[in-house]
Amino acid sequence: MREPIAPRRRAHRIRLLGIALLAAAGVSLAAVAPAMAATPSPTPTPTNTVVQSATITAVPQCTVDPALGCVAGTLNDGNGNGVKGVTISMSDAGSDAASTVTNAEGHFAFKVSQNGLYTLTLKTSTLPSGVKAAVTQRKVQAVVGALRAAFFELSGSFKGSKATTSTVPTTFIGTAGQLAAQGLLLGLLLALASIGLSLIYGTTGLSNFAHAEQVTLGGFMAYSFGTVLGLPFILAALAAVVVGAASGYLQDRFIWGPLRKRGLGLTQLMVVTIGLSFAAEYVFQYFYGSQVQSVSSGVQLNTGPLNITPAAYWSMLVSIVVLVLVGLALQRTRIGRAARAVSDNRALAAASGIDVDRVIRLVWTVAMGLAALSGALYALVYGGIQWSTGVQILLLLFAAVTLGGLGTAFGALVGSIVIGLVVQLSTLFLSNNVKYATALFILILVLVFRPQGILGRKERVG
Amino acid sequence: MNFLYTLFQDGGAAIISSTTAAFALAAIGLNVHFGYTGLVNIGQAGFMLLGAYGFAIVVEQGGGILLGVLAGLAAAAVFALILGIPTLRLRGDYLAIVTIAAAEIIRIVGGDQSLAPLTGGVAGIPNAKYSDQFIALSPFPKAGLFTFGPWTYPYSAGNSWWLSLVGWALALLAALVVFLLFRSPWGRAIKGIREDEDAVRSLGKNVFAYKMQSLVLGGVIGALGGIVFVLGASVQPDALGRTTTFLLYTVLLLGGAATVLGPILGSFLYFIFVVWLQDVVAQFVPSTVMNSSQIPQFTYILVGAGLMLLVIFRPQGILGNKKELSFGA
Repeated sequence: MREPIAPRRRAHRIRLLGIALLAAAGVSLAAVAPAMAATPSPTPTPTNTVVQSATITAVPQCTVDPALGCVAGTLNDGNGNGVKGVTISMSDAGSDAASTVTNAEGHFAFKVSQNGLYTLTLKTSTLPSGVKAAVTQRKVQAVVGALRAAFFELSGSFKGSKATTSTVPTTFIGTAGQLAAQGLLLGLLLALASIGLSLIYGTTGLSNFAHAEQVTLGGFMAYSFGTVLGLPFILAALAAVVVGAASGYLQDRFIWGPLRKRGLGLTQLMVVTIGLSFAAEYVFQYFYGSQVQSVSSGVQLNTGPLNITPAAYWSMLVSIVVLVLVGLALQRTRIGRAARAVSDNRALAAASGIDVDRVIRLVWTVAMGLAALSGALYALVYGGIQWSTGVQILLLLFAAVTLGGLGTAFGALVGSIVIGLVVQLSTLFLSNNVKYATALFILILVLVFRPQGILGRKERVG
Repeated sequence: MNFLYTLFQDGGAAIISSTTAAFALAAIGLNVHFGYTGLVNIGQAGFMLLGAYGFAIVVEQGGGILLGVLAGLAAAAVFALILGIPTLRLRGDYLAIVTIAAAEIIRIVGGDQSLAPLTGGVAGIPNAKYSDQFIALSPFPKAGLFTFGPWTYPYSAGNSWWLSLVGWALALLAALVVFLLFRSPWGRAIKGIREDEDAVRSLGKNVFAYKMQSLVLGGVIGALGGIVFVLGASVQPDALGRTTTFLLYTVLLLGGAATVLGPILGSFLYFIFVVWLQDVVAQFVPSTVMNSSQIPQFTYILVGAGLMLLVIFRPQGILGNKKELSFGA
């Protein structure tokens, strides 16, 4: 398609340049705000409250409520067994202090009523003989309304320590069952992100290689709002979704929308998404460093029939609810049906009166919001977020949408669950690093034998 | 004045460097894929890494240098076949998805501890284990430094004049091969596929075979780039990851895709830009604003944004012809 050469083209080009730069700046700004908050911010000390006599109390189990913060941890012998009878004490900058002894599970907990920097000390003389702690003193920034984890790494020989505990199944079937639960969890998290990827492909024809960075963005937003600003995780995740959705809206408003109008080819658009992904990766590194940033809300033990952490159960529940809502919206609502119509045949949808650009903008917004939710939950379940987290699951996302059928929302869901299960179960036979290769293997098999995917319609894809 | 001299010295060093030559070679390979054939390969770093592994492992295990180079190139050719067979009959996105995935897998598997006896795991293979024979081939003195103007490098060992010479000779040779190939009937068919695949198919050409030949050729040139790259460094899987592929796209699109000298010019300009940016930041920006580990990250942010702007506003780069790059529309 040749564009007509009109005199206003030049003005348009300059505006586009400005817009693209603006968008790049927007991405960096979004990252600046939390990074600035991350730099040593003064502890918010309430000025007009009466100084309480006991801010620190040792408790057997600490439950967070709006007026209480928790500092808790578990001493572990490396085999999943708790180390009991070790004295841990905690003090603040003043004279307040409390001490406790780890229980049979190795657990200890303190509750605090004021924000501040606290010092935890492990009494080495109470450790079992032959056991050493790498660090015996730890500073913890406690926040009211949040749980903070404190780790003490132990090493040495533990008397009577067994390699396995009763909670971890050791049989092949047992291990497979646990891996299947892990796989289902991973699959649900992937589904949140891949449905958006597939919808964007369906409505615009674009394979968005920067989609994984949106997942990372969600994780970092959860870190910024949760760990740095001290919001409870639920609020932090909501904030992450809002930031993600806003970034999707802005991207379509200022980058993808104008580029569609310009008639830029899909190949070029794909390279633009590659550039965006590259820039975003280094924006993350610039502001958050290259290490893993923890989003975890404390030490949690595996429980329940699936033998996963409570956070994982909640994440699965949230994923399922959100996925069902998205599915209902696609099936039942006017705009959802319009999105599917655009995905099916864009020209026909436009001809029958659907505002295609509006639908696409909505798809970008929702897709990026879902990706952010996926990233926030991913960071919660897997302990933290890093600039490369998204990159690691990009392959899984593409394998999932291809397996399900590029462009079909429900295919992406099915594909994600299958990929999640296969990747986790493959660790029965393969090393943990190589498990991602199974996704590539599936991808290649699908392309050879059924390029339209499980739920895709058979048509010429070449 | 002193600062301008630094810029001159560093800019010249960027041009001489064998790394620049290695990037130029890999970008020439990518040009065969992306510029001439319209194949979106986002895994060129995987081809480089395979070339490097093939070469280094065979030489380390006692094969000769010739056998090593052949092994590296063969590994890349096989890789191209494996990736091409399922994807080249399908829409272009699938090649992109599979190449980016496969390159990551090569990097992950190469760094896996279970292969450590061969690949050295994440630490990789140190340069000394495979570079002896290459140094022995040098016609220059085996030890000592040589100074040309402000630039001083070893004659033969390590990051040497000998390596730069070989690297740039290979880059020019590859450019010559590309020049000759793409003015031949074969090259015209390839460019026809980029413009309109169905038209070429209707002329009775086997489009799949042409694309496959292009994928193998570009991959092999990329592997050669990988070999030159690791002769000046060590084989480390993480040094040839996604970042490298993205930089290659920037190099290619800056110089001009579908041009013979575009990748070489792009490589010069990119590496000069990087060192000059570092010099300028080191000279004028206080370290409280940007610390030393943030400079490369800042550079890459600019590169990513630059890549987007290039594709949008000047897809033909410096040397290219815009009419040649209307593919995919």
